[in-house]
Amino acid sequence: MNELTLTLIRVAFLAVLWLFVIAAIGVVRTDLSGNSGGRSRAARRQAQAPRAAAKPQRARRGQPHVLVVTAGSLKGTTIDLSEQQITLGRANDATLVLNDDYASSRHARIFPQDGQWIVEDLGSTNGTYLDRQKVTRPTPVPAGVPVRIGKTVLELRR
Amino acid sequence: MSSVATSEDATLGGMPDSPMAMPRGRRRTEAVMLVFAVALVAFAYANVGFGLKGSLPSGMAEYMIAFVVLLAGAHLAVRRLAPWADPLLLPLAATLNGLGIVMTYRLQEVGRDGNPGSMSVPLSSSATLVQIVYTAIGLGCFVAVLALVREPRVLQRYTYIFGLVGIVLLALPALLPAGISEVQGAKIQIRLGGFTIQPEEFAKLALGVSFASYLVTKRDVLSLAGRRVLGIDLPRARDLGPVIIVWAVSLLLLVFESDIGTSALFMGLFVAMLYIATQRTSWLLIGFVLFVAGAYSASKLFAHVGERFQIWLHPFAGQNPFNNAFQLVQGIYGMASGGILGKGLGGGQPYLTPLVQSDFVVTAFGEELGMTGLMAILLLYGLIVQRGLATSLSVKDPFSKILAGGLAFMLALQIFVIVGGVTRLIPLTGITTPFLSQGGSSLVASWILIALLMRLSDTARKPPPQPIQDEGMTQVVNLS
Repeated sequence: MNELTLTLIRVAFLAVLWLFVIAAIGVVRTDLSGNSGGRSRAARRQAQAPRAAAKPQRARRGQPHVLVVTAGSLKGTTIDLSEQQITLGRANDATLVLNDDYASSRHARIFPQDGQWIVEDLGSTNGTYLDRQKVTRPTPVPAGVPVRIGKTVLELRR
Repeated sequence: MSSVATSEDATLGGMPDSPMAMPRGRRRTEAVMLVFAVALVAFAYANVGFGLKGSLPSGMAEYMIAFVVLLAGAHLAVRRLAPWADPLLLPLAATLNGLGIVMTYRLQEVGRDGNPGSMSVPLSSSATLVQIVYTAIGLGCFVAVLALVREPRVLQRYTYIFGLVGIVLLALPALLPAGISEVQGAKIQIRLGGFTIQPEEFAKLALGVSFASYLVTKRDVLSLAGRRVLGIDLPRARDLGPVIIVWAVSLLLLVFESDIGTSALFMGLFVAMLYIATQRTSWLLIGFVLFVAGAYSASKLFAHVGERFQIWLHPFAGQNPFNNAFQLVQGIYGMASGGILGKGLGGGQPYLTPLVQSDFVVTAFGEELGMTGLMAILLLYGLIVQRGLATSLSVKDPFSKILAGGLAFMLALQIFVIVGGVTRLIPLTGITTPFLSQGGSSLVASWILIALLMRLSDTARKPPPQPIQDEGMTQVVNLS
């Protein structure tokens, strides 16, 4: 067997050895439950997609990016706005838990839609007011306009 | 307001309830990778034949058929006994085991059939066959462990029995007369008739299990913080007991068996598991300082330990390359002559290094496969370790967590100690390279380790039992 053939065999073996290593790493990559969460790549991509889409929207000028409590027992509290809705009420699972006797446990929610924030009353006892106007159906909230729930007043700020 | 209604759906379900991807058994992937592994080993085997004689080696078909049958048996057993286990552990270990058999064959042929070279301790002409028999025993133990240990929790019941077995196995060679146990100045073997057993290989596993179940019960105490020094929470002085005991035992090993490798392995295993259990960095620091201080003073106090340090620091000084450091120096020259792409299997002169079949098998691969091949082999080990650590992260029960992490770390540490030793990163110690070294004890113990990792990963990845009643399935049944 001549030198050239042997060299070719030698290099070919190293190539196959590395191919095996790469194949094994490929298996690790596609492995589902290896990464403790047990979520598939597709699921992760789905979860990332809205975040990626929301980024440029939030960065756009003129969009409110913070919710501020301007009056009531929680005065001074701020909540950074994301693509998630914000629920308001006395229930413990609300985003903003209101310590307010006039608020219902699930009082109202504020959620984004088409670059606007919408306030919706969730059937509260004492009602939600958008700048003195009672909210009877989902209504867009412009920045700087006070939303009143019981003794608590909130507004969106840029 | 329909537009809002639709948006409501979008926001309420903003994170569409992506069904938790069900973990599925990956046995088919395992089978494919096993076929790849067998092909790789066959290629290596053929390569040795071409390198030595220019033709396919005799007996290749029989050996490969035996290898395939053994692996097929193991794969079928895994399908039955651990269907959810990690798909990579078996193929990776099989590849390394196969490469070890190939290297044994290559070294067995040295000086036979007109092949060049001669070895200081020549392998018998049946060494390859014996290695395959050891592989069969190893895979037999692999299946037996999977069959006997159906739940990792079973092992937790025997904390102190495993501890005792481990200590006895470690101490046995030191207590036996040198005629039975001494080899190359280190007392690590038991010779029984024609057999030699290295009990430390099995002691490691028993102690690993014992440490894990001990730490599960004691970790709350051990993680209590004591004084804070230099930004590190030191443990309370009274909790230092266990670590001091292990340190003392590992030093006794160092002194009476002259075995730095096992001593480091033993101490490292305990400290790493302590760290996994308590998540306190201070334990790592304490363990490292204790070990280095102990090893340093031992090197000053005991001649045979000191000699190891001399060889490590000055292998090329004076007469060292020709007597004390001969083996280390030959190994380094071997790897140097291999270079980047190696001499090709069967093309180098690994037989110049004494004991190349056991302690220095890494340098034989370094010479014949070059740095490229050695890196790939180290990556194969790295992947096994990675799978072990991934198992440790995903498994719920704390005992399994500590055990999986400890076993993975033990493998990593053993590779580090031997590869670091032959490349002069740390003092050389005579421990085996798992799967690659010729010899039975190490191979069987390594397969048991893989079996334990498979069992743990099977537990980690098994889907939870389906609830009998699902709330979502509640229906209104018309009774009238």
